[in-house]
Amino acid sequence: MAKEIDALMKVRDLPAGFTAEPGSTLAFKTGDWRSMRPKLDREKCIYCGFCYIYCPDGVYQDMGKDEKWYKPDFDYCKGCGVCAHECPKDCIEMVLEEV
Amino acid sequence: MAGKPIGLEVSLAVAEAVRLCDADVVAAYPITPQTHIVEHLSELVADGKLDAAYIPVESEQSAMSSCIGSAAAGARTFTATSSQGLALMNEMLYIAPVLRTPVVMAIVNRALSAPINIWNDHSDIMSVRDAGWVAVFAENGQESLDLTVMAFRIAEDPRVSLPVSVNIDGFTLSHFIEPVVLPEPGEVAGYLPPFRPLVKLDIAKPVSIGLLGTPESYTEARKATDDVLLASKAVVSEAFADFRKHFGREYNLVETYLTEDAETILVTMGSISETAMTAVDEMRAEGVKVGVVRIRLWRPFPVEEFKAAIRPAKNLAVIDRHMVLGVPDGPVALEVKSLLYADPVRPAISNYVLGLGGRDVTRDDFKHITKRAQEPEAPGRPRFELVGVWE
Ligand code: SF4
Ligand code: SF4
Repeated sequence: MAKEIDALMKVRDLPAGFTAEPGSTLAFKTGDWRSMRPKLDREKCIYCGFCYIYCPDGVYQDMGKDEKWYKPDFDYCKGCGVCAHECPKDCIEMVLEEV
Repeated sequence: MAGKPIGLEVSLAVAEAVRLCDADVVAAYPITPQTHIVEHLSELVADGKLDAAYIPVESEQSAMSSCIGSAAAGARTFTATSSQGLALMNEMLYIAPVLRTPVVMAIVNRALSAPINIWNDHSDIMSVRDAGWVAVFAENGQESLDLTVMAFRIAEDPRVSLPVSVNIDGFTLSHFIEPVVLPEPGEVAGYLPPFRPLVKLDIAKPVSIGLLGTPESYTEARKATDDVLLASKAVVSEAFADFRKHFGREYNLVETYLTEDAETILVTMGSISETAMTAVDEMRAEGVKVGVVRIRLWRPFPVEEFKAAIRPAKNLAVIDRHMVLGVPDGPVALEVKSLLYADPVRPAISNYVLGLGGRDVTRDDFKHITKRAQEPEAPGRPRFELVGVWE
């Protein structure tokens, strides 16, 4: 049988409608699900933004017109490889995540 | 208080009830036999008689998704569907109660495929009976209208804040012209307070709705919803009692007809109850001690009220309009048996499934059922019958 300690909150303490404060997924770091990580070759990058648009987790951050690249946030990148697949210049390589 | 009855198709009466309740959003997809309700609502909106957003969605799954979002945004929300449409809503139906979004939906009951069938039985609602919605069943046109008005009051009550379905038998009710009394708009406003949502999408006070429930919280979230659903029974009673004060028509969770001295009681839901009562009148004239108990509130199941209603009976004939495949007994009988099982004294319970896919249910059917229910229990003979099946 589940011990009380296995539960996050008592039934009577749950907020109505099972809601939470906004942005709570920020606390849920999905980066440790990753077995492969995207490795970027900035020489080949044309700053087209495909990686930024296609990443299903919105992990890429626009570094701006001066730096001209998109930087992944590895706290949340799940290593799905979508960005590598979509990059028109093949400048993203999926490499094994070293622990 | 009591206006003059007018002849109105029951579907239109339901749509007029939604207008009188001043709904803000109607999101729906047409499907027989529910179509006339939303068709009429779209006309009312187009003609400026109902100030609402009418969202003609591309599927019932989208209809229910829109309704959940709309109720969460604080809008009084209505939709209607039937059969396959309800089936297509399935995943969203289970979400609305846990998110506490008070959507009101008319389910114009129709058989589920296959074979394709557009006619009436209760297989659609019974397939989603565990989703967590409050569910009521209408017997006639006036009830269909009144229950729609009451559904908004029950759903939006902050102690409930759950979705409510009003079940209306397809064609048998929806497409018939019946005498109905339409309340005045002012009367409805006196009965139904403005919607003040319990859970609300509000830019000033943002919240996340529709979260992941991990193994550490899923059980508790389900239990919290069940607690609210069970407790909603008292609010339903209150809404019924208050309706009587405002409009003069009496509603109970469970209705009884000639049960005081009844040895045999027919347990019914929906429009066949009127046929059952007519049959009871005829059997009473011949000295048969039979009565009817009609379940109006199906979810949450009114356990105490039901037990009190059937108390005098020796024989209970439970009638189902849905056939459960793979196990004997229909859904109503399964529940009645399970809730009476632990009682030291209980009636002999037999189950009759009939009126599937629009097959007529006649007074003779109820006479046959009454006769069978009175027979002593014969060993090896199941107290279950698929009435009128031609084998
Ligand atoms: S691997 Fe997937 S999650 Fe990670 S940055 Fe690329 S697209 Fe986003
Ligand atoms: S998709 Fe490739 S080329 Fe385009 S911005 Fe991203 S890394 Fe650069």
